[in-house]
Amino acid sequence: MNNLLKIADKEFSSRLFTGTGKFSSSQIMKEALLASQSELITVALKRVDVQNENDDILSHLNHKHINLLPNTSGVRTAKEAIFAAKLSREALGTNWVKLEIHPDPRYLLPDPIETLKAAEELVKLGFVVMPYIHADPVLCKRLEDVGVQCVMPLGAPIGSNKGLKTQDFLEIIIEQSNVPVIIDAGIGAPSHAAYAMELGADAVLVNTAIAVSQDPIKMAVAFKMAVEAGRMAYEAKLAPINKKAAASSPLTSFLN
Amino acid sequence: MSHFKDLFDTYNWDITLKSIYDKTALEVSAALSKDKLDMEDFKALLSPAAQPFIEEMAQKSQLLTKKRFGNTMQMYVPMYLSNECQNICTYCGFSMTNKIPRRTLTDAEILKEVAFLKAKGYDHILLVTGEANRTVGVEYLKNAIQLIRAQFSNITIEVQPLDQDEYELLVENGLYAVLVYQETYHREEYKKHHPKGRKSNFDYRLDTPDRLGKAGIHKIGLGALFGLEDWRADSFFTALHLKYLQKNYWKTKYSISFPRLRPHSSGLEPKVEMTDADLVQLICAFRLFDEDIELSMSTRESELFRDHIVELGITSISAESKTNPGGYSVEPQSLEQFEISDERSTEEIVSMLKSKDLEVVWKDWEHFENASTS
Repeated sequence: MNNLLKIADKEFSSRLFTGTGKFSSSQIMKEALLASQSELITVALKRVDVQNENDDILSHLNHKHINLLPNTSGVRTAKEAIFAAKLSREALGTNWVKLEIHPDPRYLLPDPIETLKAAEELVKLGFVVMPYIHADPVLCKRLEDVGVQCVMPLGAPIGSNKGLKTQDFLEIIIEQSNVPVIIDAGIGAPSHAAYAMELGADAVLVNTAIAVSQDPIKMAVAFKMAVEAGRMAYEAKLAPINKKAAASSPLTSFLN
Repeated sequence: MSHFKDLFDTYNWDITLKSIYDKTALEVSAALSKDKLDMEDFKALLSPAAQPFIEEMAQKSQLLTKKRFGNTMQMYVPMYLSNECQNICTYCGFSMTNKIPRRTLTDAEILKEVAFLKAKGYDHILLVTGEANRTVGVEYLKNAIQLIRAQFSNITIEVQPLDQDEYELLVENGLYAVLVYQETYHREEYKKHHPKGRKSNFDYRLDTPDRLGKAGIHKIGLGALFGLEDWRADSFFTALHLKYLQKNYWKTKYSISFPRLRPHSSGLEPKVEMTDADLVQLICAFRLFDEDIELSMSTRESELFRDHIVELGITSISAESKTNPGGYSVEPQSLEQFEISDERSTEEIVSMLKSKDLEVVWKDWEHFENASTS
């Protein structure tokens, strides 16, 4: 059994976080998310009608194992993000927020300056802030300083399925962080997820790779297993890769 | 400040056209094997040499669209607010010289139409007018947006080109996007089709997306009206316009529409025909050229065509559209701007999409930007 992951006051036995976008129907979404055994599921506020209790997406996420993580996708500034977070706290009754500020609508890359500003303010307002950011180690420390509960650096652009293109920086972030590191965006295959966990990531967030696969339910299970295996390997400590030369004829034995 | 015109003026229509028609199968193959396509690759995919590759293009287009947009289709609906118009456009049913009854919806009529569309489930709306600045100017549009914004998450307009400060005013009031098609990028042909009215000013229209970008609009929709000139050259210039805008107004999203000339009351025949196969080729070429761009399809196209194109790269469609002001509930019998082709109901389109394992998206926006005023 793997160690539990704690973020703010919540403990998670699953280290696979998921999302609700791009599925072919809400029913398939629900089945896939349940199969993933994910306990934290992000949903874009702009996609749901928070005033409508019969909203198609929200009504399919009403399950005892599922914690909703509203995200601010679509906002371009700190001010808009704060407004969105307040709206979601009021309507959905959660103070958890996945802070996504991407003024660039093409690659959906996060704005580090606005994100830091919004994070600082939202923490003061009592939110559990989970910021989506570049794999920027300095930014991660700055966010930690203002009190975010975790950091969510990207592996590659959202939806690209390219894997851990930012690996060198992710390793620095994992090494330095005092808050959980959740690798978000770019994870396209279970092997990417397993690898992220082996590197010491605390969790991964996967959406497109599950939603767009030919069999989302089966793929959700594949990711669940990969994340568990990767974490288990990390906790068991991987055998070191021997980078040193082992010469058969010692060069310094004359010293003895 | 930059203007697309400066770039556009460095191109010659005839030379561009010839360079598209000169593309070879080898160049098409090369473009198909690339991840990042440049303007020359796009020309190859538009060219007659790409016709034998249409299936391969469609397969790749579907793959890229699914990756970026998932198994979803955004629904929107047009609502015509007015058919008053002081332009002469040779292809348009609302053209000033056409003797048709003119109507501009009152507040009460707008709300009646809104109630009809809300009952159908729509949350993204496209407001359309002719060009009558005195009666349907920026104040009228602002009022219309204010009137309906509580009921629609996402409001787009397709109206006469406005000045930057006018766009800023509408954005402040909740406007999300503007569609403004150049109709044709062929300067002389443009003049022939728009002999009178403010629309006859080619350069002002060409500069409109620049003004929109400067006004901080969320989305700009581009396109050409196919049938006026060679669709390949017009599409090349649309893509050139797109790339220019993406670089200069990087916070704005873009969409492309593909209107083909439809019959209407003045009966202009297309000068350059565009077949169904041509249109499929073009839609796939745009998807291969830009994975992230929204591609939109109206009810101008036939049932058969729409049933298939929704799987090949299109990301938003309308249904059950009426192209006359008040056409849904106020005065359904009035004359339309053009005849739509796919007349199926919203419910029928939704079930068609579901049968193709596409999730229908009604809402994908929220007015977060007016934090201080709401």
